[in-house]
Amino acid sequence: MAPAAFGYRRHPDQDRHDPARHPVVVVGAGPVGLSLSIDLAQRGQSVVLLDDADRIGEGSRAICFSKRSLEVWDRLGVADRMLDKGVIWQVGKIFLRDAMVYRFDLLPESGHKMPAFINLQQYYAEAFLLDRVQQLPAIDLRWRNKVTGLAQHNDHAVLTIATPDGEYRLAADYVVACDGARSALRGLVGAEFEGEVFEDQFLIADVKMQAEFPTERWFWFDPPFHSGQSALLHRQPDNVWRIDLQIGADADAAVERQPENVRPRIERMLGHGDFSFEWISVYKFQCRRMQRLLHSRVIFAGDSAHQVSPFGARGANSGLEDGENLAWKLDLVLRGKAGAALLSSYDVERGQAADDNIRASTRSTDFIAPHSAQERRLRGAVLQLAKEADFAKRMVNAGRLSVPSVYDSPLSTPDAEAWAGGPKPGASMIDAPLARTDGAACYLSDAFVAAGRGFTLLHAANGAALPDGVGEIRIGRDAPLRDNAGHFAQRYDASPGAAYLLRPDGYVAARFKQPTPAALDAALARARGQA
Amino acid sequence: MTLSTTSNFADPDAAYRLIVEAHRGLSDEQSAALDAALVLTLANHIGDLGVLREAVELAKRGVVGEG
Ligand SMILES: Cc1cc2nc3c(=O)[nH]c(=O)nc-3n(C[C@H](O)[C@H](O)[C@H](O)COP(=O)(O)OP(=O)(O)OC[C@H]3O[C@@H](n4cnc5c(N)ncnc54)[C@H](O)[C@@H]3O)c2cc1C
Repeated sequence: MAPAAFGYRRHPDQDRHDPARHPVVVVGAGPVGLSLSIDLAQRGQSVVLLDDADRIGEGSRAICFSKRSLEVWDRLGVADRMLDKGVIWQVGKIFLRDAMVYRFDLLPESGHKMPAFINLQQYYAEAFLLDRVQQLPAIDLRWRNKVTGLAQHNDHAVLTIATPDGEYRLAADYVVACDGARSALRGLVGAEFEGEVFEDQFLIADVKMQAEFPTERWFWFDPPFHSGQSALLHRQPDNVWRIDLQIGADADAAVERQPENVRPRIERMLGHGDFSFEWISVYKFQCRRMQRLLHSRVIFAGDSAHQVSPFGARGANSGLEDGENLAWKLDLVLRGKAGAALLSSYDVERGQAADDNIRASTRSTDFIAPHSAQERRLRGAVLQLAKEADFAKRMVNAGRLSVPSVYDSPLSTPDAEAWAGGPKPGASMIDAPLARTDGAACYLSDAFVAAGRGFTLLHAANGAALPDGVGEIRIGRDAPLRDNAGHFAQRYDASPGAAYLLRPDGYVAARFKQPTPAALDAALARARGQA
Repeated sequence: MTLSTTSNFADPDAAYRLIVEAHRGLSDEQSAALDAALVLTLANHIGDLGVLREAVELAKRGVVGEG
């Protein structure tokens, strides 16, 4: 796909002497800024979205998008296009030399609307998000608007923005910094960005070819075609394949990325030369995060706030989860229906998620690129044992793929009863197949959208009286939705009368076997940050 | 008792990591000494000669067996 370019247009805000004031300015139209802006707009907010570039669609970046991200995008009305274009997968295989040592299946059960993963070039994802942005008049997207300055005030922030017509200023109740790993705003608030830099380099080639490999994630330790190093092969749409070759700490990146040097490496891997290059780059990876995601009126989300290595596909996927966690909270705060406590729960919850993701990504990257002779031996032992011992298979770590984090959150009401299963408070809802009264099939995730994407009471009829302003999903023999296959009852340990209070991001706030109005009101207040 | 080779840790990555971190900052010789001490300590914890013999055989196949 050729990069899509967009025009700069002068905005009347640029002619004003005093900065125009907006409720929220999102900086950065990457996957995170675009998705967050759509979410805010769908919740009724007006959003100014700034980006310093005027194009999307260059380079090799994310390809693996998680089930959770697809569920977020489904709520934003863009998942169908992603699914149509993307390639669906759920199986990964790990090889030692030329023998398979481990196979995993990321979604062994059926009855979910979304697959475990799709692979889709990041530029397609961004293009589809942009099309959605263009359908929403509440989003005012300004290309070639580069944030260069920031002044924080008591109840707002003022940005300085450079454009082809010179500088202007904008005031906002809140600024969300989605400006990526090299975030200018992170520098402007003076925050540090600390963590581990991995020395090993990885050559990433997107290769166009006709191939018969299955749509699975294949990872090799010490393959015959790339001795002593690791390799990854993954399908993308348009007959493009992502090939990722570890080339060590001492390789000369400028030399390695020359196509004439990459070609023989790929030929050795494929056993033929019948391919062309879409893109070649050499990366070094880092795992690091900001200590705090909130800096008075500036909120950080996505790569600006945290960075991980790609093993595990936790970069864009976790950024999308940031956006989803923030959108409803910011919406309530801007409406004056919630205060600072709700926003600080964003820092708590997504800070925990950043730690989880960094932990998982660091473990994988260290397994793939051991730090010492001892670590290499230890890994060798695991890989060798994995040929016959199950415990060792489970230790083979070529990337633990992104799953939604579980929050230990001040917004959650702890269980008062014993549950035999189901998502705990602080965990995200699990999809299940349902049927409408006319017999038509639908999913629980569809019912959640239909209930309004606000706080929602999910209950096995005949449950509780509904608190004010709360949507409803009622499931049961005489209810609008039926659980004919029993998946809902099983996945939620739902006995008759049981109820889950879901937050607007689909996370469980509280659950009760037999809810009382007082208990529901208290849980709701707590989930809104009012207790 | 026979040797259990099914995965016993709820979070196998955390167990692996704990061992990796125990070695961080050690020289190669110190690492070898740490491993030896660990093996003896864990063998004593298991306290069953039959299980230990099976574990030795499994581990040894990976090092000298199969070629
Ligand atoms: C090789 C590779 C493979 C990867 N694979 C995966 C994967 O499979 N799955 C996954 O989830 N993640 C993956 N990632 C990570 C993923 O690409 C990033 O996490 C993701 O792009 C982050 O999105 P973002 O919106 O936070 O930032 P970005 O995508 O970096 O977007 C930031 C935007 O802000 C704009 N901007 C920057 N500064 C300013 C400024 N001062 N003013 C205005 N605008 C500004 C930029 O132009 C840009 O449009 C991979 C990354 C790499 C490098």
